Amino acid sequence: MNYLLDALGWIADPAHLSGPDGIPTRMAEHLLYTLVAVALASLVAIPAGYLIGHTGKGRTVAVALTGGVRALPTVGVVFLLALLMGIGSTPPVIAFVVLAIPSVLAGAYSGFEAVDRATIDAARSMGMTERQIVAKVEVPLGLPLLIGGIRSATLQVVATATVAAVVGAGGLGTYIFRGLRSNDYVQMLAGSILVIVVAIVLEVVFATVQRLVVPAGVTAGRPTDSRAPTLRSRASETPLQEGTQ
Amino acid sequence: MTWVWANADFILDKTLVHLQLSLTAIVLSLVLAVPIGWAANRVAPLRGIVLTVAGLFYSVPSFALLVVLPTVVGYGLRSDTNLVVALTLYGLALMVRSVADGLASVEPDVRQSATAVGYSGWQRFWRVEIPLAGPVLLAGLRVVAVSTISLATVGGLIGINGLGLLFTDGLQRYILEEIVAGIVMTIVLALLVDAALVLLGRALMPWSRGPSRAERRQGALVGAAA
Repeated sequence: MNYLLDALGWIADPAHLSGPDGIPTRMAEHLLYTLVAVALASLVAIPAGYLIGHTGKGRTVAVALTGGVRALPTVGVVFLLALLMGIGSTPPVIAFVVLAIPSVLAGAYSGFEAVDRATIDAARSMGMTERQIVAKVEVPLGLPLLIGGIRSATLQVVATATVAAVVGAGGLGTYIFRGLRSNDYVQMLAGSILVIVVAIVLEVVFATVQRLVVPAGVTAGRPTDSRAPTLRSRASETPLQEGTQ
Repeated sequence: MTWVWANADFILDKTLVHLQLSLTAIVLSLVLAVPIGWAANRVAPLRGIVLTVAGLFYSVPSFALLVVLPTVVGYGLRSDTNLVVALTLYGLALMVRSVADGLASVEPDVRQSATAVGYSGWQRFWRVEIPLAGPVLLAGLRVVAVSTISLATVGGLIGINGLGLLFTDGLQRYILEEIVAGIVMTIVLALLVDAALVLLGRALMPWSRGPSRAERRQGALVGAAA
């Protein structure tokens, strides 16, 4: 427990709070990686997921992809790309994007799938065009699940970005690996605590956003704690929360 | 490929160690998840708390957890125990939800019928509720198994034995084949364990695979014989 106090002291040390190796800079790097990777992954995965969810085509491939990625060791992927493409920040970002795509994809298509067929039939019979059905029915109703997918992807990238420090990517993992190399356990611990704080803060922010985006008057899309979960409520929980490491 | 053939023994050894550590964690997380999931399902206010804590816990990056755990629990950073405890906790975080959901999916009528025909609480739990929750438990356990096996490679970063060592060693010595071998073996292990769980599920829960009419008749006969 003494180590924990030392690590907190390390974090509070003014010498570690500024400069290119300071905590604010490293944290900004970490968050920037996460933002860029999740944004790029979303750019690809959201349209693709919406297409799969709306048409129902390609679903088997999407399910296999999202399930299969769970078996993929993220450390191996990051290291492999680093060896193939060299040290720097581009190979890790590519690895992050690849690892983030399945979660976002799953969120996008399962959000559409969770929409009650009767609701879509009703929209169609009221004269909505396909475009309107997508934009005004499926997208808003599927939003909580999409946010859930983005949440999983974000946590995955935060975790993987920690590991990527070993190939020179910067970020908060830098402290952990430097501590590991120099047997400086306090620094390792400080880096780990910072990463955990970032992850938990992001998790709480996303959980709140996910709750806020449920359209007024809709309860089916809200993650529930019902004692007897129906298929609907189970479908509305975070997709692929598993495998975010 | 030359590297792979020259080091086949080394790869096999790491694979077996990896399997052993992962299996320990998978089994432990199942065993621990059953009582916790049961309690969460039984005591309504507990359910929200347990699931929230599990969800928050699951968001902790694994590498950071491996560094922090030893100070809290008090064993060596590079010990196998550290990895097994971390993996068990992650598995538990996922599995508790499956157990709670699985038990909640058992119809109250069925539970009451079991009580009515004379099952005690303990018997009813093991002979009625657990078998009926079986498919949900199996689905959860499969996810836990695959992600545990893939997650166990993170241990290699701090020198814990297993397939993760192929990654760190391959990176340090610039051996591309070593990293690829590590990735491939991790996926192979995950697929094998997943397949084994599916088979085990079929053996233990013959009713759960949507039997054909002939099989259903056969099942009824077996059931009658038993």
